[in-house]
Amino acid sequence: MIDLLGYGAFFLVNALIFGVLCLGLNVQWGQTGLFNVGVAGFAAIGAYVSAILTTPDAADRIGGFGWPILAGWLAAMLVAGAAAALVGLATLRLRADYLAMTTFGIAVTIQVIALNATALTGGPFGIAFIPRPFSSLAETPIAFNAANLALTGFVVLGLFLILETLTRSPWGRVLRAIREDEAAAASLGKNVNFHRLQAFALGGAIMGLAGAMQAHFIGFIAPDNYLSILTFQVWAMLIVGGSGNNRGALIGAVIVWALWSLSSLAVGTFVAPAFQARAAALQIVAIGVALAAILLVRPRGLVGERATVSRDVEALAGESTSPHEPVRD
Amino acid sequence: MLEVQSVSKSFDGFRAVDDVSFAVPAGAIVGLIGPNGAGKTTTFNLIAGTLQPTAGAIRLGGRAIEHEPAHRRVAAGLARTFQIPKPFGEMSVLENVLVAARAQPGERMLANLFARASVRRQEQANIARAREIVAFVDLAKVERLPAKALSGGQRKLLELARVLMAEPRLILLDEPAAGVNPALLEIIMARIEAINRTGITFLIIEHNMDLVARLCGEVIVMAEGRVLGRGAPEVMARDPRVVDAYLGGAVA
Repeated sequence: MIDLLGYGAFFLVNALIFGVLCLGLNVQWGQTGLFNVGVAGFAAIGAYVSAILTTPDAADRIGGFGWPILAGWLAAMLVAGAAAALVGLATLRLRADYLAMTTFGIAVTIQVIALNATALTGGPFGIAFIPRPFSSLAETPIAFNAANLALTGFVVLGLFLILETLTRSPWGRVLRAIREDEAAAASLGKNVNFHRLQAFALGGAIMGLAGAMQAHFIGFIAPDNYLSILTFQVWAMLIVGGSGNNRGALIGAVIVWALWSLSSLAVGTFVAPAFQARAAALQIVAIGVALAAILLVRPRGLVGERATVSRDVEALAGESTSPHEPVRD
Repeated sequence: MLEVQSVSKSFDGFRAVDDVSFAVPAGAIVGLIGPNGAGKTTTFNLIAGTLQPTAGAIRLGGRAIEHEPAHRRVAAGLARTFQIPKPFGEMSVLENVLVAARAQPGERMLANLFARASVRRQEQANIARAREIVAFVDLAKVERLPAKALSGGQRKLLELARVLMAEPRLILLDEPAAGVNPALLEIIMARIEAINRTGITFLIIEHNMDLVARLCGEVIVMAEGRVLGRGAPEVMARDPRVVDAYLGGAVA
């Protein structure tokens, strides 16, 4: 029972960290329509930046500055956000399909750098001994996992509230308008490129934070963590949960991560050890099937977005009555 | 109000707009007519800033705007609608209109965190004004519905409402009557007249000659990228050059 509770906390910490990644993608894709398929790259930047800054001095690589964890997280956000802003400056004028190709390429490049810049990143062996929050509790896993769950839950709640305030506002309304029709938004006086840049940088910073949180919870990172499968998982989570809705992003993360963990358990239990590596591919199939099923039954995800963006409009004008029923005049 | 001086626009050597000059006086409703392919919408796109002219100057209230991006021209008092309406489909009708409000403090990202009170105050004032405008264009009953639920004619009205919210001095309307049923067309024409009475200038591309004859004191006729002539609608309709431009291809 205690084991199960401990695992439950461990599971939720991981799921909520994925939730942070989803919240970042939701700012970019869900709100603004920016097709970022390089989520893994921004998570990697955050993870490596925080790891390099917070680990103790190491003889075989640069870094090891021993910063506090919180400082590492903030630096991860700053650097990942700045990286996203640079990518954005170079690419946001391009059409959506070009942005997709560019972000994919950048994520692959970042992963290859992590693999080869051994002096900075530890190369294929990664970085170990990343300080873990509440590491003094590590001997009792349930206390350690519960304390981390409390911390992660606190960060996710705070981030959720900030994002709700930021996006359910006139600013969020401009992002939504740009997503719906860029030419119309520009014709109404909105600076399309500036708002896109803001959304892309903010989303990138949030992904960087998620990468750092994950690195510190596990205590170890390696380039293999940041392959494009990570990007695929986050996209599946956002679409299952409901793109354009911060609640949907978090719900999707928990559900898809549960499915992923269960399928991993099933492969471990029912498949002979010799075939497990190959059977793991079935996990991706499982997510794909779940994604297709959700899109068939609920094309807008489990909790779709609302027609009313701004909170003040919702408070004054009331929630839209029935967003899916077409009316005829 | 608006001065277009020797404006040209080429696409790969093809001159879609060829040395076009005209002026629109303040307070007028001027029609821009001509056969398909005459360069009318391209001219609109040049004025609105969706396209950059190859040559020429465009002035709004005496100020040169031809090098300003589209979104800055709105601040200068210019607004336009599209031939095929471009509603923000997933957003409510009311919020479609709210997007257009100018100089919203809440459009600065961090103001929503650190200046909530002023954002909310401004938002409340904008909501009140947006609802007036929505009621003015007869969309009050559907203000909470997502814009994708609107009919073609209602989308034209929504475009008009959004444009009004931006408080323009000059409105460019691209075919406000196209695909609109007669009852709704009557509303659209009445609203254009009412807006014009408040001193707002219109330049209207339209094929529906009933609308042109009723609203436009003057029309500018374009054909093959050039200005063919200018005058009262009933005079221009009889002008042999204009008749030839419309029928020339068919008769020959």
